[in-house]
Amino acid sequence: MTTRTHSHERDQDFSDVDRAALLEALAAVLPAASLLADHEDLKPYECDGLSAYRRVPLAVALPEDEAQVVDVLKACHRLGVPVVARGAGTGLSGGALPNEHGVVLSLAKMKRIVALDPYARTAVVQPGVRNLAISEAAAPHGLYYAPDPSSQIACTIGGNIAENSGGVHCLKYGLTVHNVLRVRAVTIAGEIVEFGNHALDAPGYDLLALMIGSEGLLAVVTEVTVKLVPKPEVARVIMASFDAVTKAGTAVADIIAAGIIPAGLEMMDKQATAAVEPFVKAGYDLNAAAILLAESDGTPEEVEEEIAAMRGVLERSGASEIRVSNDDAERLRFWAGRKAAFPAVGSISPDYYCMDGTIPRKRLAEMLTAINDMETKYGLRCVNVFHAGDGNLHPLILYDANVPGELERTETFGAEILELTVKLGGAITGEHGVGYEKINSMCVQFASDELAAFHRVKAAFDPQGLLNPDKAIPTLHRCAEFGRMHVHQGQLAHPELERF
Amino acid sequence: MIEQFKAQIRAGQALCIRGAGSKDFYGNPPQGEMLDTRAYSGIVAYEPTELYVTAKCGTPLAEIEAALAAQGQCLAFEPPRFSAESTIGGVVAAGLSGPRRVSAGALRDFVLGVKLLDGAARELNFGGQVMKNVAGYDVSRVIAGSLGTLGLITEVSLKVLPKPVADATLRFEMAQAAALDKLNRWAGQPLPMVASAWEAGVLTIRLAGARAAVEAAQQKVGVGGTADAGFWDTLRDQTTDFFNTETLWRLSVPSTAPEFKLPGEQLIEWGGALRWLKSDAPPETIRAAASAVGGSATLYRAPAELKAQVGAFAPLPPPLMALHKNLKAAFDPQGLFNPGRLYKDF
Repeated sequence: MTTRTHSHERDQDFSDVDRAALLEALAAVLPAASLLADHEDLKPYECDGLSAYRRVPLAVALPEDEAQVVDVLKACHRLGVPVVARGAGTGLSGGALPNEHGVVLSLAKMKRIVALDPYARTAVVQPGVRNLAISEAAAPHGLYYAPDPSSQIACTIGGNIAENSGGVHCLKYGLTVHNVLRVRAVTIAGEIVEFGNHALDAPGYDLLALMIGSEGLLAVVTEVTVKLVPKPEVARVIMASFDAVTKAGTAVADIIAAGIIPAGLEMMDKQATAAVEPFVKAGYDLNAAAILLAESDGTPEEVEEEIAAMRGVLERSGASEIRVSNDDAERLRFWAGRKAAFPAVGSISPDYYCMDGTIPRKRLAEMLTAINDMETKYGLRCVNVFHAGDGNLHPLILYDANVPGELERTETFGAEILELTVKLGGAITGEHGVGYEKINSMCVQFASDELAAFHRVKAAFDPQGLLNPDKAIPTLHRCAEFGRMHVHQGQLAHPELERF
Repeated sequence: MIEQFKAQIRAGQALCIRGAGSKDFYGNPPQGEMLDTRAYSGIVAYEPTELYVTAKCGTPLAEIEAALAAQGQCLAFEPPRFSAESTIGGVVAAGLSGPRRVSAGALRDFVLGVKLLDGAARELNFGGQVMKNVAGYDVSRVIAGSLGTLGLITEVSLKVLPKPVADATLRFEMAQAAALDKLNRWAGQPLPMVASAWEAGVLTIRLAGARAAVEAAQQKVGVGGTADAGFWDTLRDQTTDFFNTETLWRLSVPSTAPEFKLPGEQLIEWGGALRWLKSDAPPETIRAAASAVGGSATLYRAPAELKAQVGAFAPLPPPLMALHKNLKAAFDPQGLFNPGRLYKDF
């Protein structure tokens, strides 16, 4: 895959970092096995799940405990060295892309479940604990951790905090922000702070909410308390086919209008089912323009009632075929294609680029039509999977990085989709984060006053801008240079800046 | 109207942002020149199938709830209605949630976006109307419960939910310790228990959800007396006899915290996580008891002298207080908005 090197000009300049002094300072506070500085050891850290962007850091620190995190941060703070925190590196927006003059702070060694209290329904875990490992540990008590991002087998809770990760069940069970009670973290100055507690609220500002989704820009997470919830007794899923995407979109609204909040509500377009069916053999209706998967969970009585209600709604909404899972094996088979959509697409295309916009659900048909036109315009195929319940769209643009120009066309295609999400009243990212990837698109979503406010929030925690620099929030200069401005009521957003 | 607000902010005097004033009692006593938000009123957008409502700050909560009820929807966090005129701006600024908070989530969980005017009278727009949005810091949720100290909320977007189809209220005679144990055990099971209250040896629980689920749950929790669902409205609005008091503490603690051996009467909500306390015990004793179990004690209602003496909210550790001051300065560097309302430090 081609490495992207563009748009570095406006990044913060850390080129005066003294490598020798940094390594000496880190060696003084870390065990030898917790410090990597040789090129071949650093190479695996050059990118996260978005491998189009790569940079090799000066060093990787792998602290074993919070005290070492404090020491590493104090050293970097003293020396003015940028720090990029990293969990499992599964992020899809380049949020853990290293700074070439900085340190990657990997929390991979801090992977202990500190305490699991089934009576209080909480788990205290270190940041490197995998999302799924929490639910596995809680399973014997009939409990689980609700947010289930597709990467849950690998992604860590620290990364989930950074991104405010969602998953297929977040319409009913919420995002990370709704399922975390407390975060313990270390500021760049090396100070330990606790946000939230084991009660349901804490005095003062809700800094816990601010930390969640802050993409590693405010503080480094060292411990998390998550809420565990009772595992529903039963889950069943309805699979409904539609001969038009618009009908499927209307059906989603009809379900909600009927007073039902399904545990999961997902849509796949024809291109998506065609791509995944050979891969998973889920029995998808390949003639359908779109299929909906609607899951109900709860007590057996509740599920029976809700499935019957949803079936009625879907029939009235013009579903051409409806199937209901009869047992858990069948339910998982229906879901398999949705869960495996990314790898399946990976098997039919050399490369793909996953987008993550959110739109009001009622604009879905408009969005899909526009994407269809863009496919023609850019000469690239796009497969659409969609968290239909909460309006979170994941178009997968298929390309081949070895064909000159395809990656560039793909990026422009992606940026155009994101611009449209903003125009349709949505957001450029629903769960993958801005990271490095979507930083230019932030200029489309926000005006300069808001971006400036974000920078002041950042400075409240990290005045020198050492934690994850050049991510998530673009500078006003970058936005001016990027050229695609947030235009509000006919006014250009950054009139004070010169144009390039 | 927005221009009028801006002019008032630009005048550079300390401001007391106020809707109907129904929560003047909450936090430290209001001070500053009055900025009345009520004239900026009205529902901007309500889309039942998109599950959100957007309203201007001065819109009465009652108006919003009536619009939602007409579509079979509600604000599931059940904010208390202290007066018929209570405004949505005040509701969000106070950040208070009612009985269903324990199952549905808190007010902050339902905030999708806010528009506000900062200390330089700039119009800022955070979040939006979609359910999932991780672009930029989640400032909207920080604004919730900030008691107007970070800016003047001009518009809010909230997630709405369908009202539960079925509802049952059950009563059990039970001592406090036994009730706390029951509540924590039930909460670990997949039961549609959405609210609870224990007071004076009586535990009341609310089951709500699908009809079949509520019926099945009634079998599981065992035989108890039934009560009118109207009880939950009086609890939500804090109009029961218990709340008729001059001094009231609100202890937010882990639900498993054992019974507090403090003098006075207690009312317990949120499955054990919220303990209301009417007590003459010294404030430091009450605060210490709450923090000993990992929670905090808010002096919810009290004479002004007592609030001035001990502060409405539990003190913060120094590093956290430093972040609070920095954040306050990021939005309101001159300290114009509701000075001292949250902490006397800013």
